[in-house]
Amino acid sequence: MLIIFTVQHYDASVSLQELSMVTVADQEEERRSSHLIYKMEVVSLPAVSRVAICGGTHGNEMTGVFLVKELQKRKRKEEGAEAPDILPVISNPRAVQRCQRYIETDLNRCFTTATLSVPVSDGTPYEIQRAQELNVFLGPKGSVKSVDLVCDLHNTTANMGLCLISYSECDWISLHICRHLQKEMPSVPVRYIHYDVPLSEAYSLESVGKHGFAMEVGPQPHGVVRADVWGTMTEGVRLVLDWIKRFNSGVQFDDKVMEIYTLVKTIDYPRDPETQMITATIHPQLQDHDFCLLHQGDPLFLTFSGNTEYYRGEEPLYPFFVNESAYYEKGIAFLLARKKKVNIPSVRVMTRESV
Amino acid sequence: MSCEVSLPEAKKVAIFGGTHGNEMSGVTLVNLWLKNRAEIRRSGVEVQPFITNPRAVEKCTRYIDIDLNRAFTPENLSKREAEDHPYEIKRALEINRIFGPKGSSDAYDVIFDLHNTTSNMGCTLILESSQDHLNLQMVHYIKQAVAPMTCSVLVNEHPFLQYSTSRSVAKHPIGLEVGPQPQGVLRSNIFQSMRLILRHALDFIELFNGGMEFPPCTVDVYQVTERVDYPRDTNGNITAMVHPNLQDCDWEPLNPGDPMFLTFDGRTVEYKGGNTVYPTFINEAAYYEKQQAFVITKRGTLIARQIKVSKM
Repeated sequence: MLIIFTVQHYDASVSLQELSMVTVADQEEERRSSHLIYKMEVVSLPAVSRVAICGGTHGNEMTGVFLVKELQKRKRKEEGAEAPDILPVISNPRAVQRCQRYIETDLNRCFTTATLSVPVSDGTPYEIQRAQELNVFLGPKGSVKSVDLVCDLHNTTANMGLCLISYSECDWISLHICRHLQKEMPSVPVRYIHYDVPLSEAYSLESVGKHGFAMEVGPQPHGVVRADVWGTMTEGVRLVLDWIKRFNSGVQFDDKVMEIYTLVKTIDYPRDPETQMITATIHPQLQDHDFCLLHQGDPLFLTFSGNTEYYRGEEPLYPFFVNESAYYEKGIAFLLARKKKVNIPSVRVMTRESV
Repeated sequence: MSCEVSLPEAKKVAIFGGTHGNEMSGVTLVNLWLKNRAEIRRSGVEVQPFITNPRAVEKCTRYIDIDLNRAFTPENLSKREAEDHPYEIKRALEINRIFGPKGSSDAYDVIFDLHNTTSNMGCTLILESSQDHLNLQMVHYIKQAVAPMTCSVLVNEHPFLQYSTSRSVAKHPIGLEVGPQPQGVLRSNIFQSMRLILRHALDFIELFNGGMEFPPCTVDVYQVTERVDYPRDTNGNITAMVHPNLQDCDWEPLNPGDPMFLTFDGRTVEYKGGNTVYPTFINEAAYYEKQQAFVITKRGTLIARQIKVSKM
C-alpha cells in the first residue's frame, strides 16, 4: 500500500487544524503524484446566531450610519431558524449627531482589554464610557456571551474598494465570508486585511465579537453619502448575512487558498521639524493607487517646492489607506502591507452529532 | 458714449485661506506664502496672504460656532468688537477692520477666498456681481491662461441665495472653489490647480496696474437660480441620496424627467422642472445641514467692458 502526500503551504500557528492522511493504493495515482498530500478535515464551528451590524463608529462615515438606520426600521429577525438575530447598532450616537469622527477620542481605539477595564469617573472621555457600554451590550470581549459576529461599517477617503479588516488571519468564518463576497461581487475589488495584533491589544470594535471585521468602503468624503458606495456596502452586508444563513443551515464551504494583506508598517508625511506641518502631498502617481505594488524608487510624495520623495524600502509592499483624511492627525500618510497566501479549511456548522 | 471703464489700481490684494478650516488647499497655500512670499510677489501690488479662521484650521473643522463665510452680514458687521460674540462673529469684525470696512473706499481692492468642495466642480471662480468689469476681465484672462484645463464661472446674485462671504469685504471679491476633494485631505492635483489659478490672477492684476488695456470680451457663466434640498422625512432626516446618474455631473445638463435622487429603499425621484438646467455643488458635504443637495444654475453670457487703469 502506498501513502501519498502533497505538502501545501501551511500556517503552523493554527491549532484548530487536524491533518489526516489519504491512503492511496492506486498505481495510476502513484504515477501521477510524486509529492506529499495532507488533506484538511472539515472544521466544525458553532452557528452564527447573533450578528451585530454597527454603523457610526466614526460619526461622519455616513454609509454605515444610514444603513444601520434602515436596518433599525426592519424586523429584527427574518423567518427561518438559520437566519441570525441581527442587532443594528449606532456605535457613537453623539458623534453621529454632530457629523464628526468623534467627540473626545477615537471610539475605534478604545476596545483594548485595558481600556475596557478602566474605572469610569466624571472625567472619563465619552468614547471610553461608550466603549464599555458596547462591551456590555455586545460582549464581554473574549467571553462566551459575546455576539457571534460583529460587522463594523466604515468609509474611507482612500480608494480601497471594499476591505474586510480583522486582527485575525485564522478567523475562518470571516475569511470564508470574504471569499464569498469576492466571488459574488466581481465588479468590486474585495480584499482581506490582517492587523497582526493579539486579542487583548486589538483596539477596534469588531474585536468584541467571537468573530468580526470592519467593512471599509471607499473612496467617499466624510460627511457625504454617495449612491455608488451605498450600493457596494448594502450588497456587501446582504452577502455577509446570506453566507451566515447558508452556513447555519448546514452548507459546507470548501477549503480554499486565499490571498490576504498583512500590515507591515505605517508611513508619515514629510513634516517641517519645527512646526510639524506637512511639507508635501501624496504624489499623483501614488494617489488613488491603493494596493498597487510599490517598488524601491517609486514616487511617494511631492513636496510643495516641487521635489519628489521616493520609496527606499528594499521589499516591494502594497500601500493602502492612501490619503485617509482622519489619519493626518495620527501621523499616517499611508500604510504598507505584505501579500500572503492563507489556507482556509472547509467549514460546516456544528450539529448535535458532530459535538 | 465710451464703453471703456476706467478703474483705479488694484493695489491692495488679499488671499484668504481657511475660511473653512478643513478645506486644505487654501490653508496650505496661505501658510506656504506666509512663510515665503516669493511666488506671490508682483510689482505694483501688495499681496497679503491671511488665515481667516485659525481656530477652525487648528481643529481641522469647518467652523467653531457659526459658518464664517455667512457671517459678514450688515447686522453682524455693525456689532461692537469688544462685546462677547460667537467666535466667527468676532473674527468677522476683526477681518472687516483689517481688510474693510466693507463698502468703504478704504477696503481692500481684491480678495481671493480659497475653498475646496467635495463636489466634482473642477476649478470654479465665483462672482457676486455680473457688473464687476474688473472681475469679469480677470476671470476671462484666467480661463484663457489655464486652457485646456477648464475653469467654470459661477455668478451668485440671487437675492435670497446670495450670502455674506468673508471676501465681500473687498471692492472686488472672488471665490476660488476647487474640487472634488474630501474635507481634511490635501490632493496634489487640486493643490496645483489652485496654485496655478492664483498665479495667473496675480499676473492679471500686475498687468492691469501696469497700464495694459483689456478689450471688451464675453464670459460664459452659470447663474444661480435655485437651491434643491434632499427629500426628508417628518423628522428632517434625509431619505434619499443624489442619484448615481447625477452624482459627479456638475455643470452637465439636467433635463425634465432625468433622475435626481435615489431613495434608500431603491426608488428614483426625477427632476420635475420645466426646463433644462445646470446643477452644481452636487453632494457637497457641508451643505447637508444647510438643506442643499445641489444648486440649479442657468447658462448665460456676460459682457465685460474694456478696462484700463486710471492712475490718480
